[in-house]
Amino acid sequence: MISYSVEKEYQGMVDAYEKAGGNRSALLGKEVAKLVIHENKVLASDGVNGIKIETKETETGVNVHFLVEEGAKIPRPVHLCFGVLPKEGLQEIILKVTAQDNSEVNVIAHCIFPNAVKVIHKMDADIEIGNNAKFDYKETHYHGEFGGIEVIPKAKIRVGKGGIWQSTFTLSQGRVGKLDYDFEVFCEDRAVAELVVKAYGKGNDDIKVWEKIHLDGIGARGLAKSRLVLSDKAKAEVKGETYGNAPFARGHVDCIELVNGTDAVARAIPIVSVTNGKAKVTHEAAIGSIDKKQVETLMARGLDENEAVDVIVKGILR
Amino acid sequence: MLEVQNLCLSFNGKSIINDLSLHVNKGEIHGVLGENGTGKTTVAYLIMGVNNYKPSAGRMIFEGQDIADLSVSQRAKKGISLAWQEPARIEGLSVRDYLMLSGNNRGVKQIERFLWMVGMEPSKYLDRDIDNTLSGGERKRIELASVLAMRPKLAILDEPDSGIDIVSLPFILNGIVEMNKQGSAVLLITHNEKVVETAHRVSVLCAGRVLRTGKPAEMSLWFKENCQKCIHINEPLEEDEKL
Repeated sequence: MISYSVEKEYQGMVDAYEKAGGNRSALLGKEVAKLVIHENKVLASDGVNGIKIETKETETGVNVHFLVEEGAKIPRPVHLCFGVLPKEGLQEIILKVTAQDNSEVNVIAHCIFPNAVKVIHKMDADIEIGNNAKFDYKETHYHGEFGGIEVIPKAKIRVGKGGIWQSTFTLSQGRVGKLDYDFEVFCEDRAVAELVVKAYGKGNDDIKVWEKIHLDGIGARGLAKSRLVLSDKAKAEVKGETYGNAPFARGHVDCIELVNGTDAVARAIPIVSVTNGKAKVTHEAAIGSIDKKQVETLMARGLDENEAVDVIVKGILR
Repeated sequence: MLEVQNLCLSFNGKSIINDLSLHVNKGEIHGVLGENGTGKTTVAYLIMGVNNYKPSAGRMIFEGQDIADLSVSQRAKKGISLAWQEPARIEGLSVRDYLMLSGNNRGVKQIERFLWMVGMEPSKYLDRDIDNTLSGGERKRIELASVLAMRPKLAILDEPDSGIDIVSLPFILNGIVEMNKQGSAVLLITHNEKVVETAHRVSVLCAGRVLRTGKPAEMSLWFKENCQKCIHINEPLEEDEKL
């Protein structure tokens, strides 16, 4: 394994972060809360007023406690950057998130594995969103072209009364490798949960997505949305589950999987369940090849077929 | 500019387009007027080359070249474009990006101008997606704006007025006139005799063939008196019997 000095590691992470679409200056300035972890080393950990970040390095990763204090409304997004730059490695992030009552924060996370040939990245998150708190979490992965990576993000999220959890997980740059995404949300009264997953599987990528939303409180709302595009011999299975367990709970499962080519395999399993007569949960799932009329619409504007498909794929993963 | 000669298309032994001939002159708005099921959309698809439609006989000559074997992209690159009767919805593709790619990345100011031409306020629409969140009428007006942005030599407009509310219709008609002013010839397909009043010439279609071609007012009247009252739907009587 290549050995890196901390400075070199940090520079390498910043470079890779920028390549993955991140804002380089966000990781260099002091005025923005950030956390940068390479393998099991914490390279930067800066809170701002209203945010506390505690970390503890372990043999295989880092334990993180991320706290947003009661009533704190964080004006600028918090940047997280996790990565493994060498070809091989294991990174286990144990994440505890507490967003106290009435707090608001946007978190932008980039997970970077540009050289992965045999890398495992695991995240186990335990997330508590307080009453009327709002937490927006966007995680974007950059994997390079080797496909030798296993990503296993798991989260249990509880959203208090009137709280909002919104997360978007995007893995469309480079090869997915193996993805086993498993997020489960429990919503109290008037809480809102939105889980969105977008991924582009190529080669022999293997994608498993499991989104579960329990609408346990009166008037809770949930959306489990997934957008997958598969080409070559990639395969994907998406399970979207929503449970309406309280009066006026409203939930929706929305899954689209596009298969580009003859060897890719897509599967969708929507599960909707209602245990309260006043709850309503709906689902829609569409699996199929890229719509010919969409392609021809763009071709009639002068794009060739591959360009048209590219525009459609980018749109669905946007 | 476009010369369609003796075009035929059959599905499962049933003739859909039956020895159809028409020509569209450079800079002309040419109306194609016909009742439902007369083959209007099929003609549009054949000329654009979409939906795997290929003529079983006849020729389509565009600027001196037979286009039957060209792909949709190749025809578009030669200067032909189509506004669908029911335009596709594309998730994640913004109005701005759709018009930009249609207009070969003309500036935003130009794009805004095309939206104004079809009665749409750019600030309200540029960042919206051309997906299911748009109404049918909005999507059709954006389709027209995208053809305006492309500035094709020949624009095929398949029923641009259908599904359009009475308030929006003047904007659609304005878009067609503007398109023509920009230099595009327009093949304007409709079943509405009022809409073809914007045309220079009109062909009346029945059972996949052109019954007659002439001035809009004359053709509209003829269509109204013959086709709209005709009980021989898609089975036209011989010209002599009809007249």
